[in-house]
Amino acid sequence: MKKSTLSDPFKEAREGKGIGEMNDQDDPVKMVLGHKDVRKCAHNWKTFQSGGEEIGRIVVPSEVHIRDVRQIPFEVDPPEHKGYRALVEPWFKRPLEEEYQSKLTDIVNGVVEEALTKGSLEVVEEFSLKLQSRALTLLLNIPYEESELWISWGTHVFRSEDTALDGDKANILYDYIDAQIDKAIANPGEDLYSVLLASEANGKKMTKEEVKGVLILTFAGGRDTVINAVTNSIAYFADHPQSLQRLRDEPEIMNTAIEELIRYFSPLTQMGRVATEDTQVCEHAVKAQSRISMCWASANRDERVFEKPDEVVLDRKVNPHVGFGFGTHNCLGATHARQIMKILLTTLTEKVGSMEILDCKENIEDLDEFKRKVGFDNIQVKFNRL
Amino acid sequence: MAKITFITSNNKTIETEATSGSVMEVAVKNKVKGIDGDCGGVCSCATCHVHVKEEFWNAVGEPSELEADMLEFDDNVSEYSRLACQLKVDEVPDGLILKVAK
Repeated sequence: MKKSTLSDPFKEAREGKGIGEMNDQDDPVKMVLGHKDVRKCAHNWKTFQSGGEEIGRIVVPSEVHIRDVRQIPFEVDPPEHKGYRALVEPWFKRPLEEEYQSKLTDIVNGVVEEALTKGSLEVVEEFSLKLQSRALTLLLNIPYEESELWISWGTHVFRSEDTALDGDKANILYDYIDAQIDKAIANPGEDLYSVLLASEANGKKMTKEEVKGVLILTFAGGRDTVINAVTNSIAYFADHPQSLQRLRDEPEIMNTAIEELIRYFSPLTQMGRVATEDTQVCEHAVKAQSRISMCWASANRDERVFEKPDEVVLDRKVNPHVGFGFGTHNCLGATHARQIMKILLTTLTEKVGSMEILDCKENIEDLDEFKRKVGFDNIQVKFNRL
Repeated sequence: MAKITFITSNNKTIETEATSGSVMEVAVKNKVKGIDGDCGGVCSCATCHVHVKEEFWNAVGEPSELEADMLEFDDNVSEYSRLACQLKVDEVPDGLILKVAK
């Protein structure tokens, strides 16, 4: 098996009972595994809610013990959700602008050139983390130098070596965002903090708490996910030099290639919801106030929808993947993420002849009955100039 | 060359002409409000949902099974719903009129 392979640990359970179960800090989660069931649950926000009293509960692993700020718009249900989403959506579509893309190209060029100059490097810390952090300055519209601090935090904001949830580490981020908000109040600019502080949603001026909720989501939602997507892309093209060559020869398949890599990688494994009433999924009872999760990673390998689901088919034309979620809460950062992927892949085809994985340690998520490789804890890669 | 007219949800009419590509691409190029085409046309994001004007429905045809599945959970779905990314310009009838769902 190639080092870049991400296998599908859900297949048997998906085909058998359609669900999986995991115990998350004594608050069990019923994982929905099939493509159609996942989409059905994501669509049904009345029965499977994102908001609710307990903040952080829909995240798996749950963040109820380390967070009391509601992430916005993600932990709000319709109809209030709509006002928040409408406020932030145009901002998060800025990656479609040429100027944004040109700055992002400079950032990607920077990390790729560094890799080529060094010859070999550890991709998670030295490539993906840097790329993600620097790109985030564009999304927030703040000075590039700020990324140096975030890079110094390391890849995980909520996680340390020995625990999946680390309250002290999370507080570093929350305190940081508080300070940035105060800075923006004292000295408003053109950055996301200032723009939100000056905005209204659902007919009310955004509070500091709400602005913090948007920013926590922006920081947390786009960190591991982007780092995994970038790292897995490097690993994939290192293992499949013919695919890199194909993208070079057929740049017209760039779009389908990106969507296919997102499907295959599924950087976010699952996302939870809380049932508002007694209901069922796949004929399994779900009690009111208990949690389900929509397992995007499993849905994206559903053989009823995807031919050859475990293969990367770069020119897959119809690809109804749920790698960016589905329905009301689909990924706000998807436009930014897609641009990162597009510019990264384009830059690789222009500058990199081949890559070679020298050493790596897989990052395996422990989901009780399932163990899922989501990427790498570290991966040493040799870069050869074209 | 096909003439395609989009009617947005705020009742603006946008007339376009195109020879190739998907109807979603034509809409994005002409900045038709309500059609985003986020996924670039692989039938994953459903941000190019349109209602085909009834008189063109037979000529345009039914969605494929996967497309129908995507539409099933979309808002404002009707019996004339299609995803514009799955409509090819050289296969749609000339003069086609589409109402943007969003």
